[in-house]
Amino acid sequence: MKRVGRRAPTASDPWAHLREFTSARIALGRAGSSLPTRALLEFQLAHARARDAVHRVLDVDDFAARLAAEGLSCLTVHSAAADRDTFIARPDLGRVLDEASAARLDAWREQNGARDVALIVADGLSATAVESRAPELLRHVVGQLGALPCTLAPIVVAGQGRVALSDEIGQRLGARIAAIVLGERPGLSSPDSLGIYLTYAPRPGRSNAERNCISNVRPPEGLSYEVAAHRLRHLANEAMRRGLSGVSLKDEAPLLAGIDAPSRVAWRGDAPGD
Amino acid sequence: MSAHVFRTGMSGYRFGDGRTLLARASPARAGDQLAGLAARSAEERVAAQMCLAELPLAHFLDEPVVPYETDDVTRLILDGFDRAAFAPVSHLTVGDFRDWLLDHGTDGATIASLARGLTPEMVAAVSKIMRIQDMVLVARKVRVVTRFRNTLGLPGRLSARLQPNHPTDDARGIAASVLDGLLYGCGDAVIGINPATDNVGQVVRLLGMLDEIISTHEIPTQSCVLTHVTTTMEAIRRGAPVDLVFQSIGGTQAANESFGVTLAMLGEARDMARALGRGTVGSSVMYFDTGQGSALSADAHHGVDQQTIETRAYAVARAFDPLLVNSVVGFIGPEYLNGREILRAGAEDHFCGKLLGLPMGVDVCYTNHADADQDDVDTLLTLLGCAGVNYVMGVPGADDIMLSYQSTSFHDTLYLREVLGLRPAPEFEAWLQAHRVMDADARLLPASAEHPLLGLARP
Repeated sequence: MKRVGRRAPTASDPWAHLREFTSARIALGRAGSSLPTRALLEFQLAHARARDAVHRVLDVDDFAARLAAEGLSCLTVHSAAADRDTFIARPDLGRVLDEASAARLDAWREQNGARDVALIVADGLSATAVESRAPELLRHVVGQLGALPCTLAPIVVAGQGRVALSDEIGQRLGARIAAIVLGERPGLSSPDSLGIYLTYAPRPGRSNAERNCISNVRPPEGLSYEVAAHRLRHLANEAMRRGLSGVSLKDEAPLLAGIDAPSRVAWRGDAPGD
Repeated sequence: MSAHVFRTGMSGYRFGDGRTLLARASPARAGDQLAGLAARSAEERVAAQMCLAELPLAHFLDEPVVPYETDDVTRLILDGFDRAAFAPVSHLTVGDFRDWLLDHGTDGATIASLARGLTPEMVAAVSKIMRIQDMVLVARKVRVVTRFRNTLGLPGRLSARLQPNHPTDDARGIAASVLDGLLYGCGDAVIGINPATDNVGQVVRLLGMLDEIISTHEIPTQSCVLTHVTTTMEAIRRGAPVDLVFQSIGGTQAANESFGVTLAMLGEARDMARALGRGTVGSSVMYFDTGQGSALSADAHHGVDQQTIETRAYAVARAFDPLLVNSVVGFIGPEYLNGREILRAGAEDHFCGKLLGLPMGVDVCYTNHADADQDDVDTLLTLLGCAGVNYVMGVPGADDIMLSYQSTSFHDTLYLREVLGLRPAPEFEAWLQAHRVMDADARLLPASAEHPLLGLARP
């Protein structure tokens, strides 16, 4: 058999310059009908990072200590989902606190009284996003919410938490508003995106239609921390003024390009961070 | 009605009603577990399957799994039931029906002639006692051919939806993905965009853009913007060039209400799109997507297992003469379908849809929180090719940057055509050859930097 060349033949596509207009994986070229080795392995790397982000466990005590070191006081809690596999298989357990956490929040409120705003940070589906981005986002958020005429509870750091965990936490703290920052379901090109969900009068049983969402917080490709925090202040202020959150509040908020829930996601009833 | 009882050795199993029997007999599903409907032991599951195999097919006519009085999907199923079409198999049990479907003497035309005489519950029941290879063998006997601007579903053909999504609906970004797909021989099922928002103005703009691409290059295919049916109807009222009407549907009235649709609405939309007369070789104008677990996530499952509810959604689809139907099998997440469950669910959805007379495609896909990867996609894709699937998705590099999930790619379509000797839809194949994209053996030709289609993404 004839010896093959040092580099096996692959066909490249003469429209690679169009990648300027989209981050879609176009003009990948081919080996026969198949992906060239490089494109294949780049995909595998992106998927590996997304999987690692989903399975990474947030060390809540360590993360709370990081926030405390920056002058942000914290409480730590855990959902009723004991580990990562349970969290993924049982969304219902990620939406309620375990007993010890519930008791801790009740005791805190007993001692300190109710506050207007409960601010929560949870791993959601990407602890990677929380570890790398949440401290800076929270600094902006606390700064913005501090400018409103309202009282703020200590930041609640929650392990194995989904969006609706903020309902129980907010209720136990007697808050008028719950805002939860959490890691969104990782996409192949975005393993570290944060979402923020705001709920007026939080209590278990609230639906996603009663919340407002700020999605894709992920500078520089996605939303900046400044814009996200500013938007949250606007929503929180309006929610307290009008006594509601959700669809009717969203209608009046200015649209931000690219953050509306895609139609196929919406009909499945799954919020990106949920 | 009397309970279904199964006795074996030391243990006995009692299944209170048909709905419970179906759920306990259903192959393992995370969603059924979550809903508390799944068999509580491996033995109970097989006991239920044995009990189900003894049940006459006709039983499902007497005992609807969701009440007739309160559910319009049940009414659609029973009021539209064709007793004459059912007659050849009306005496069979579920188990005998499986054997009959597999028999060499039972050909595809015979099975196809039954379609209006089968209910979703009968079809779901038989699938629960079939292995994947059984479903492949039977599904590949049946061809469901549909037409709009080309002919889809013929033997020896495999079509692909070109899915050029972009997170902000950027026109040049979408055009870049469209030309990528066309130059990889994909797009004969439909060029279909999931828009980033349901804004009508945006949808009208995207429809105009796709129409211009298709008409300028005289591509024998159809376009679709996959937005809510009411948004598409509004776009038609505004004079937009609508080829196909898309809607996600479910298997109960409550599930459809959670999507904001009614059966009457779907009929009205179909009539509006047909009245535009934009098809050249046919007038099937509906495109539906479905997926196991959606009724549970909408709290609309009435205690029925997710695979049976999914099959009921096909009864909704067939009432509107669709061009395309696909299950988005791995999209919903691991709490409903996880890891290898996606594989079997994909085979079931394709089989059940084909038996009910639908032009089935499958969105072979997964999200990043599911325990699945590209090898799982390859396995399901290959088995669906063997089963004679009408079409699959074509997403650039399998990475949908708007919906944040992985589906099949243009390369995957080429793989499946190559390994099984399949070709695109005939009209589209002729166009690909005339435009020097594909040769007479259905192999891609080297792409030229001067190819006229590259003009698509110029301003």
